[in-house]
Amino acid sequence: MTRVVRVVAFGFLIHFKHLTRNPFDVMVTTIWPLVYASLAYFMFRAGSPPESLLIASIGATVMGIWSVTTVGAADAIQRQRWAGVLEVLVAAPTPFWTVLLPITIASSAIGIYSLASTLLWGRFLFGIPLELAQPIWFLVSIPPTIVSIGLLGFVMASVVVRFRAGWAVGNMFEYPVWIVTGLLIPVALLPAWAEPVSWALAPTWGMRALSDAAFSGGSPLFDIGMCVLLSAVYTLVGAVLLGRFLQSARRRATLSLT
Amino acid sequence: MSPPSRTLGRVNVVEAVDLHRTYRVTTGTIRRRSHDVEAVRGVSFSIREGELFGLLGPNGAGKTTTIKMLITLLIPTSGSAHVLGYDVVRDAARVREQVGYVFGGDKGLYERLSALDNLRYFAELYGVEPRRQRARIDELLGLVGLRGREHERVEGYSRGMRQRLHLARGLIHDPPVLFLDEPTIGVDPVGARELRALIASLTKAGKTVLLTTHYMFEADSLCDRIAVITDGAIVAQGTPQQLKAGVEQGGVVEVEVFGIDEAQVRRIEALPGVLAVTVEEQELKQLLIVQTAPGTELMHVILAQLDGASVGRISQREPTLEDAYVQLVTA
Repeated sequence: MTRVVRVVAFGFLIHFKHLTRNPFDVMVTTIWPLVYASLAYFMFRAGSPPESLLIASIGATVMGIWSVTTVGAADAIQRQRWAGVLEVLVAAPTPFWTVLLPITIASSAIGIYSLASTLLWGRFLFGIPLELAQPIWFLVSIPPTIVSIGLLGFVMASVVVRFRAGWAVGNMFEYPVWIVTGLLIPVALLPAWAEPVSWALAPTWGMRALSDAAFSGGSPLFDIGMCVLLSAVYTLVGAVLLGRFLQSARRRATLSLT
Repeated sequence: MSPPSRTLGRVNVVEAVDLHRTYRVTTGTIRRRSHDVEAVRGVSFSIREGELFGLLGPNGAGKTTTIKMLITLLIPTSGSAHVLGYDVVRDAARVREQVGYVFGGDKGLYERLSALDNLRYFAELYGVEPRRQRARIDELLGLVGLRGREHERVEGYSRGMRQRLHLARGLIHDPPVLFLDEPTIGVDPVGARELRALIASLTKAGKTVLLTTHYMFEADSLCDRIAVITDGAIVAQGTPQQLKAGVEQGGVVEVEVFGIDEAQVRRIEALPGVLAVTVEEQELKQLLIVQTAPGTELMHVILAQLDGASVGRISQREPTLEDAYVQLVTA
């Protein structure tokens, strides 16, 4: 158990360090979500009361984290393959899920940059005050939000291990998850079937936790608890899927590029 | 797990028995067609404890596929393989603990991290005890000659430095068995010589090594035994001396030629008593190398076929491992 914790923690630090050392990656991560954030601000400013702009701001930050994760997690695995490291990682005696998991969480944690840039963008360009009702709970809500979204990315990344072109799957899920988890518009406005789907997706609960903390809509504890619960479920599902995909990749020789 | 078998009183550390590996290849976009390609066809060999075993063959012969089956990255289509008695399919995790894998080329490292970070990460992945990591990494940096450069990012490393870091990574958990897949490819002569000395020292330290290389002098100087693989099958196996002895009764004629053409090469190939012909392109000339059958004297007949081409130095020599290899893979 201690070994697993060490491998995951050290893997996270190493991959976070590796990702943040590419200034272009950081720049894209910081600037890219601002485009979507701007669209969200304009939408909300046109027909909603001014206080709802902060909701748009928080929604945009979670959108940014999700976008970075959904594309980044899949892309991270593909980069390991391009760099010729994927096979070396698989050849290690450590269970592969403990190797892949910190890679996807590190990709999601890069979303910290988009979170900061989106909130500051809203503050200085659109004049949205950053007046948080429960600032401590707001800060407490950030890590479980990032980790749970990262672990959803882990489930998706397991596909990329098996399929060389699987990274495209990440892009496919970007917009539908924005919509179905209520980051742009309330889930109540969507068809009834969308609500149960949203419960299974981490961005829903991350968004609720951050919103509750920002507006004193109650304790975000339940939402944080859901993030933790979903994290455990994603880890389990991802580990099982990864085991099967890895076996298939060894059978079909898809770990390397050639 | 089955106990390692013994040959000549020594433990067989690696055993491959009738290994096969087939790939499914798909072509076409709209009308997709699939067919099977046999990359490895019935490969069998064993490597004894402390032995440096060479696996030689042309590109695409099945060397890397064989290695990848032995280090558990690929599942054999049929056949079996054991490393230290552990089955590479059933006991994959055990096999991974016992082997180190090093391949040649620029890839396989985290470019934007330092050598130290790379080694620390792989030390974690390979289960090196945390309290031993610092000393082990320092020991390896000294061994591969990277001490003092460990804080620099890998992206600034030369090919030779990367290759030495690869080797350090492969040795991080002090594995008893090492698989080295073309470790000196693209490395400058001085760097390659240092790497060869390092590889030779590994078997002295008791490691069992499987080495693939395209450099015959490297295989000749390093390997205790060699298997030659071509088209997925082993065509010869033995010590370098035994392989050379296969062509020893014949001879090798080398002729420097200025402007030899395809037709002349084909005519020489067709001569009775000629076993193999290769042409090495040199700066302004070509070196024609003709392996001849035992008891034949073909010098004059060969020169007669070069009518019209300018001929430089002519020599006749004993066969080398490279000659044996060329004869085996072109047969």
